[in-house]
Amino acid sequence: MSDELAVSINGADKVFNQGEADEVAALSGIDLDIQPGEFVSLIGPSGCGKSTLLRLIGDLLEPTAGEVTVFGKSAHEARMDQDYGMVFQHAGLFDWRKVSANIELPLELRGWSKADRSTRSQEMLDLVKLPDFGGHYPRQLSGGMQQRVSIARALSFEPKLLLMDEPFGALDEMTREHMQIELLRIWEETGTTVVFVTHSIPESAFLSNRVVVLSPRPGRVHSIIDVDLGKRTEETREDPAFFATATEIREALRSVEVGQ
Amino acid sequence: MINKRLRMVLTVVVALVVVVALWEGYKWMGQQTDDHWPGTNFGLPTATNDMIMPHASDILGELTVDIRDGRNTLPMYVFLLKKAWFTFQEAAIGFTLGLAIGMGLAVLMARWKVAEKGLLPWINVSQTIPLIALAPLVVTWGRQQSMPDLVSISLISTYLTFFPVAVSGLRGLQSPDADHVELMRSYAAPWRTTLFKLRLPASRPYLFPALKIAGTLSIVGAIVGEISIGTKTGLGRAILEYAQRYAVAPERLYASVIGSAFLGLTVFGLISLTERWVMRRTREVVS
Ligand SMILES: Nc1ncnc2c1ncn2[C@@H]1O[C@H](COP(=O)(O)OP(=O)(O)OP(=O)(O)O)[C@@H](O)[C@H]1O
Ligand SMILES: [Mg+2]
Repeated sequence: MSDELAVSINGADKVFNQGEADEVAALSGIDLDIQPGEFVSLIGPSGCGKSTLLRLIGDLLEPTAGEVTVFGKSAHEARMDQDYGMVFQHAGLFDWRKVSANIELPLELRGWSKADRSTRSQEMLDLVKLPDFGGHYPRQLSGGMQQRVSIARALSFEPKLLLMDEPFGALDEMTREHMQIELLRIWEETGTTVVFVTHSIPESAFLSNRVVVLSPRPGRVHSIIDVDLGKRTEETREDPAFFATATEIREALRSVEVGQ
Repeated sequence: MINKRLRMVLTVVVALVVVVALWEGYKWMGQQTDDHWPGTNFGLPTATNDMIMPHASDILGELTVDIRDGRNTLPMYVFLLKKAWFTFQEAAIGFTLGLAIGMGLAVLMARWKVAEKGLLPWINVSQTIPLIALAPLVVTWGRQQSMPDLVSISLISTYLTFFPVAVSGLRGLQSPDADHVELMRSYAAPWRTTLFKLRLPASRPYLFPALKIAGTLSIVGAIVGEISIGTKTGLGRAILEYAQRYAVAPERLYASVIGSAFLGLTVFGLISLTERWVMRRTREVVS
């Protein structure tokens, strides 16, 4: 058994609308193991199945073939054990709840007491550098602030596995870089495992221990690039090793586009 | 806030003045041209004599005239208010039932696609049955079950109110984004939890406009119910009576119509206030 693995995907296929005229083979023969505490990025051309793969891991979709194991359990059991924290491209906050109540939502569902919930949501707000915004409504926050709230919400219950689908996609470059640093800080502080979908080459290089490059139609693992840049700081972005990694990822993506 | 309220009062006053002015202007014009459009041979759609269109002042004046109600004498407006209170109770029961049934159906349909496929067509068909045909049926049936007439009237009102609630409720319950639904799924939240934490709160902006319609319809239903049942009280009774005596005192029918309009507006206002209260947490953001 692979109890030590955070995620283990073996021969996973995903076909949408199988047998119909609009059948789409989204993923084919995916094999991927992720260690606990690892930060893994998924990158690839649009429509290659990144989100689909993330949804398979999170048991929001079932594989057509193959299996997905999370912490030695089926993905379904892991979801039922509430092992997942999810962050989507859009912050996805509930408009009618104040920021703190949004962060407390998963805690509410786990039956935490009111006092514990508000202590935790304040801790989380401090963590994402929004200490004074608990009493605001989501629409009173900027997009980047909302995204940070949604990250706080996902982290509030210390999920063993954090699944993020282009969480910074809608942010400007400066906010994005700032959020990357914060995400890494949170990741180090909590020791959680992260699977991170992105379109951005520098982002994947900056954040990850490993970058999984997917090729399209049907989505396959084209290559896996190990990244070893030590502790990330703002200086890392100007480090030649960082550029070398980015170049490696870019070349892998090029050969994907060409269709190898 | 004060400004807003003042503006609302002003709007109502201006609207009233405009209606009265149009009424009197039209009447005056008709009187000048012998009920024809000025300079043409085309007749006006309605005659403008005092029989068909009494003066606005006469109609409003009628509201304060003393009339006999059984052994008592009391001003018309008090009489109408008493009748309206009775009708309001029937409508309130009907509305509450309609809300419960409508939301119940909406939840069923949101929960099971099969329920939506099976029920929605019938819910639509239900509203094509004319109320005039349905009301006597309900009344006869109710009397056979020896139900009080008040219940039958409320049921007629329910019949009208459940529809907008069911249709808009369903839309509201289905309104959350896929992201939100997936988020709840990722928390392993059972359907019931998703209903209370996500779908119901998300349905409120869809529901309240429907409730305003339903509130007004509940009054219509109650009045039509009263008329077809022949109750001894209620606005429907007053309307029926004054319609029969239209030839003698047309102002009275108009006065009772004003009474029903007033009741409808009151219900509309009550629901709007509830909306403000329920949505107060998001209102700061919206406005
Ligand atoms: N629910 C669905 N039903 C049918 N087909 C789907 C569904 N979801 C995704 N697909 C198809 O699967 C393929 C992969 O989609 P997916 O969303 O995983 O791509 P992606 O890599 O996340 O793309 P992007 O970078 O644009 O977000 C696409 O061809 C898409 O059309
Ligand atoms: Mg995607």
